[in-house]
Amino acid sequence: MKPGSCKLKTMTANVKAQPAASPARGWYSVVILAWLVPGAGHFMLKRRGRGALLLASVAIMFLLGLMMRGTMFQPQTGDVLTTIIYCGGFLGDLASGLFYLLTVWLGYSQPDMAGHVHDYGTKFLVAAGLLNVLAMVDAYELATGQKE
Amino acid sequence: MPKMNLSHFEAAILFALFSSVVLGVITKRTDSERLRYGVRCFAYFVAALIGLGWLMKLGHG
Repeated sequence: MKPGSCKLKTMTANVKAQPAASPARGWYSVVILAWLVPGAGHFMLKRRGRGALLLASVAIMFLLGLMMRGTMFQPQTGDVLTTIIYCGGFLGDLASGLFYLLTVWLGYSQPDMAGHVHDYGTKFLVAAGLLNVLAMVDAYELATGQKE
Repeated sequence: MPKMNLSHFEAAILFALFSSVVLGVITKRTDSERLRYGVRCFAYFVAALIGLGWLMKLGHG
Protein backbone atom coordinates (compact mmCIF):
# COMPACT_ATOMS: atom_id res chain seq x y z
CA MET A 1 0.00 0.00 0.00
CA LYS A 2 1.38 3.38 -0.93
CA PRO A 3 2.07 5.73 1.93
CA GLY A 4 -0.74 8.27 2.18
CA SER A 5 -3.37 6.09 0.53
CA CYS A 6 -4.82 5.22 3.95
CA LYS A 7 -5.02 8.92 4.77
CA LEU A 8 -6.73 9.55 1.43
CA LYS A 9 -9.30 6.82 2.15
CA THR A 10 -9.98 8.34 5.58
CA MET A 11 -10.48 11.76 4.02
CA THR A 12 -12.86 10.29 1.42
CA ALA A 13 -14.82 8.56 4.15
CA ASN A 14 -15.04 11.82 6.08
CA VAL A 15 -16.37 13.64 3.03
CA LYS A 16 -19.01 10.93 2.50
CA ALA A 17 -19.97 10.97 6.18
CA GLN A 18 -20.74 14.67 6.13
CA PRO A 19 -24.40 15.61 6.41
CA ALA A 20 -26.33 16.64 3.31
CA ALA A 21 -25.31 19.83 1.66
CA SER A 22 -26.36 22.99 3.42
CA PRO A 23 -29.54 24.54 2.07
CA ALA A 24 -28.72 25.82 -1.37
CA ARG A 25 -29.56 29.38 -2.16
CA GLY A 26 -32.63 29.64 -4.31
CA TRP A 27 -34.79 26.92 -2.78
CA TYR A 28 -37.44 29.59 -2.16
CA SER A 29 -37.93 30.05 -5.87
CA VAL A 30 -38.14 26.27 -6.40
CA VAL A 31 -40.79 25.89 -3.68
CA ILE A 32 -42.83 28.88 -4.85
CA LEU A 33 -42.72 27.66 -8.44
CA ALA A 34 -43.65 24.14 -7.28
CA TRP A 35 -46.67 25.63 -5.51
CA LEU A 36 -47.77 27.75 -8.46
CA VAL A 37 -47.36 25.02 -11.10
CA PRO A 38 -47.36 21.44 -9.77
CA GLY A 39 -44.19 19.65 -10.84
CA ALA A 40 -42.44 22.84 -11.94
CA GLY A 41 -39.99 22.62 -9.04
CA HIS A 42 -38.88 19.23 -10.34
CA PHE A 43 -38.61 20.59 -13.87
CA MET A 44 -36.42 23.41 -12.54
CA LEU A 45 -34.19 20.82 -10.86
CA LYS A 46 -33.91 18.82 -14.10
CA ARG A 47 -36.16 15.97 -12.90
CA ARG A 48 -38.41 16.24 -15.93
CA GLY A 49 -39.99 12.78 -15.86
CA ARG A 50 -41.01 13.05 -12.23
CA GLY A 51 -42.17 16.63 -12.74
CA ALA A 52 -44.36 15.56 -15.65
CA LEU A 53 -45.95 12.77 -13.61
CA LEU A 54 -46.65 15.16 -10.72
CA LEU A 55 -48.09 17.78 -13.05
CA ALA A 56 -50.32 15.25 -14.79
CA SER A 57 -51.56 13.67 -11.56
CA VAL A 58 -52.38 16.94 -9.80
CA ALA A 59 -53.87 18.55 -12.91
CA ILE A 60 -56.09 15.56 -13.77
CA MET A 61 -57.23 15.24 -10.18
CA PHE A 62 -58.09 18.95 -10.03
CA LEU A 63 -59.93 18.77 -13.39
CA LEU A 64 -61.89 15.72 -12.28
CA GLY A 65 -62.85 17.62 -9.13
CA LEU A 66 -64.13 20.51 -11.25
CA MET A 67 -65.99 18.17 -13.62
CA MET A 68 -67.68 16.54 -10.64
CA ARG A 69 -68.71 20.05 -9.57
CA GLY A 70 -66.83 19.97 -6.29
CA THR A 71 -67.11 22.88 -3.88
CA MET A 72 -64.21 25.21 -3.10
CA PHE A 73 -63.89 25.75 0.64
CA GLN A 74 -64.09 29.27 2.05
CA PRO A 75 -62.45 29.88 5.42
CA GLN A 76 -65.05 29.89 8.19
CA THR A 77 -64.73 29.97 11.93
CA GLY A 78 -67.12 28.77 14.58
CA ASP A 79 -66.74 25.63 16.63
CA VAL A 80 -63.45 23.75 16.42
CA LEU A 81 -64.64 21.21 13.86
CA THR A 82 -66.02 23.88 11.52
CA THR A 83 -62.78 25.86 11.75
CA ILE A 84 -60.62 22.81 11.05
CA ILE A 85 -62.75 21.59 8.14
CA TYR A 86 -63.29 24.91 6.39
CA CYS A 87 -59.89 26.54 7.03
CA GLY A 88 -58.08 23.25 6.35
CA GLY A 89 -60.12 22.69 3.21
CA PHE A 90 -59.38 26.23 2.03
CA LEU A 91 -55.64 25.69 2.55
CA GLY A 92 -55.89 22.36 0.70
CA ASP A 93 -57.62 24.05 -2.23
CA LEU A 94 -55.13 26.92 -2.21
CA ALA A 95 -52.20 24.48 -2.35
CA SER A 96 -53.09 23.67 -5.98
CA GLY A 97 -51.51 27.01 -6.88
CA LEU A 98 -52.39 28.48 -10.26
CA PHE A 99 -55.13 25.93 -10.86
CA TYR A 100 -57.00 27.23 -7.82
CA LEU A 101 -56.27 30.89 -8.52
CA LEU A 102 -57.36 30.63 -12.18
CA THR A 103 -60.51 28.74 -11.26
CA VAL A 104 -61.53 31.37 -8.73
CA TRP A 105 -60.58 34.27 -11.02
CA LEU A 106 -62.62 32.75 -13.84
CA GLY A 107 -65.64 32.73 -11.58
CA TYR A 108 -66.07 29.09 -10.59
CA SER A 109 -68.48 29.07 -7.70
CA GLN A 110 -70.21 25.83 -6.93
CA PRO A 111 -72.61 25.75 -3.99
CA ASP A 112 -72.35 22.83 -1.59
CA MET A 113 -74.89 20.27 -2.81
CA ALA A 114 -75.99 16.84 -1.66
CA GLY A 115 -74.85 13.86 -3.69
CA HIS A 116 -71.87 11.57 -3.73
CA VAL A 117 -70.45 12.94 -7.00
CA HIS A 118 -70.28 16.50 -5.62
CA ASP A 119 -68.74 15.15 -2.44
CA TYR A 120 -66.07 13.28 -4.35
CA GLY A 121 -65.43 16.40 -6.44
CA THR A 122 -64.81 18.46 -3.31
CA LYS A 123 -62.42 15.81 -1.98
CA PHE A 124 -60.60 15.58 -5.32
CA LEU A 125 -60.03 19.35 -5.32
CA VAL A 126 -58.57 19.29 -1.80
CA ALA A 127 -56.57 16.12 -2.43
CA ALA A 128 -55.00 17.64 -5.57
CA GLY A 129 -53.70 20.48 -3.38
CA LEU A 130 -52.46 18.12 -0.69
CA LEU A 131 -50.62 16.01 -3.25
CA ASN A 132 -49.02 19.22 -4.50
CA VAL A 133 -47.85 19.90 -0.93
CA LEU A 134 -46.06 16.53 -1.02
CA ALA A 135 -44.52 17.48 -4.36
CA MET A 136 -43.39 20.83 -2.90
CA VAL A 137 -41.72 19.08 0.06
CA ASP A 138 -39.97 16.72 -2.35
CA ALA A 139 -38.78 19.66 -4.47
CA TYR A 140 -37.50 21.40 -1.32
CA GLU A 141 -35.55 18.31 -0.29
CA LEU A 142 -34.08 18.01 -3.76
CA ALA A 143 -33.15 21.70 -3.84
CA THR A 144 -31.42 21.58 -0.47
CA GLY A 145 -29.53 18.38 -1.23
CA GLN A 146 -31.31 16.28 1.38
CA LYS A 147 -32.42 13.92 -1.36
CA GLU A 148 -31.07 12.83 -4.74
CA MET B 1 -67.15 22.11 -18.76
CA PRO B 2 -69.00 18.79 -18.99
CA LYS B 3 -70.36 17.34 -15.80
CA MET B 4 -69.01 13.97 -14.86
CA ASN B 5 -71.00 11.26 -13.13
CA LEU B 6 -69.01 8.50 -11.53
CA SER B 7 -69.95 5.70 -9.19
CA HIS B 8 -68.36 5.47 -5.75
CA PHE B 9 -66.08 2.71 -7.00
CA GLU B 10 -64.90 4.57 -10.10
CA ALA B 11 -64.22 7.78 -8.17
CA ALA B 12 -62.34 5.93 -5.44
CA ILE B 13 -60.25 4.00 -8.00
CA LEU B 14 -59.29 7.25 -9.75
CA PHE B 15 -58.41 8.81 -6.40
CA ALA B 16 -56.26 5.77 -5.56
CA LEU B 17 -54.55 5.82 -8.93
CA PHE B 18 -53.42 9.45 -8.88
CA SER B 19 -52.53 9.40 -5.19
CA SER B 20 -50.40 6.30 -5.77
CA VAL B 21 -48.60 7.93 -8.70
CA VAL B 22 -47.65 10.93 -6.56
CA LEU B 23 -46.70 8.80 -3.55
CA GLY B 24 -44.54 6.65 -5.82
CA VAL B 25 -42.86 9.62 -7.48
CA ILE B 26 -41.86 11.44 -4.29
CA THR B 27 -40.49 8.47 -2.38
CA LYS B 28 -37.62 6.03 -2.81
CA ARG B 29 -34.34 6.44 -4.67
CA THR B 30 -34.54 4.55 -7.94
CA ASP B 31 -37.20 4.40 -10.62
CA SER B 32 -37.84 0.68 -10.15
CA GLU B 33 -38.30 1.19 -6.39
CA ARG B 34 -40.67 4.06 -7.10
CA LEU B 35 -42.68 1.95 -9.52
CA ARG B 36 -42.91 -0.92 -7.05
CA TYR B 37 -43.94 1.43 -4.23
CA GLY B 38 -46.58 3.12 -6.39
CA VAL B 39 -48.07 -0.22 -7.43
CA ARG B 40 -48.05 -1.41 -3.82
CA CYS B 41 -49.80 1.76 -2.64
CA PHE B 42 -52.44 1.31 -5.33
CA ALA B 43 -52.97 -2.31 -4.30
CA TYR B 44 -53.37 -1.26 -0.65
CA PHE B 45 -55.86 1.44 -1.65
CA VAL B 46 -57.93 -1.06 -3.64
CA ALA B 47 -57.75 -3.68 -0.88
CA ALA B 48 -58.90 -1.09 1.70
CA LEU B 49 -61.64 0.09 -0.66
CA ILE B 50 -63.02 -3.41 -1.19
CA GLY B 51 -62.59 -4.38 2.48
CA LEU B 52 -64.31 -1.25 3.79
CA GLY B 53 -67.03 -1.63 1.19
CA TRP B 54 -67.82 -5.13 2.40
CA LEU B 55 -67.58 -4.01 6.03
CA MET B 56 -70.15 -1.28 5.41
CA LYS B 57 -72.42 -3.64 3.50
CA LEU B 58 -72.30 -6.28 6.22
CA GLY B 59 -72.57 -3.70 9.03
CA HIS B 60 -75.54 -2.04 7.41
CA GLY B 61 -77.44 -5.33 7.22
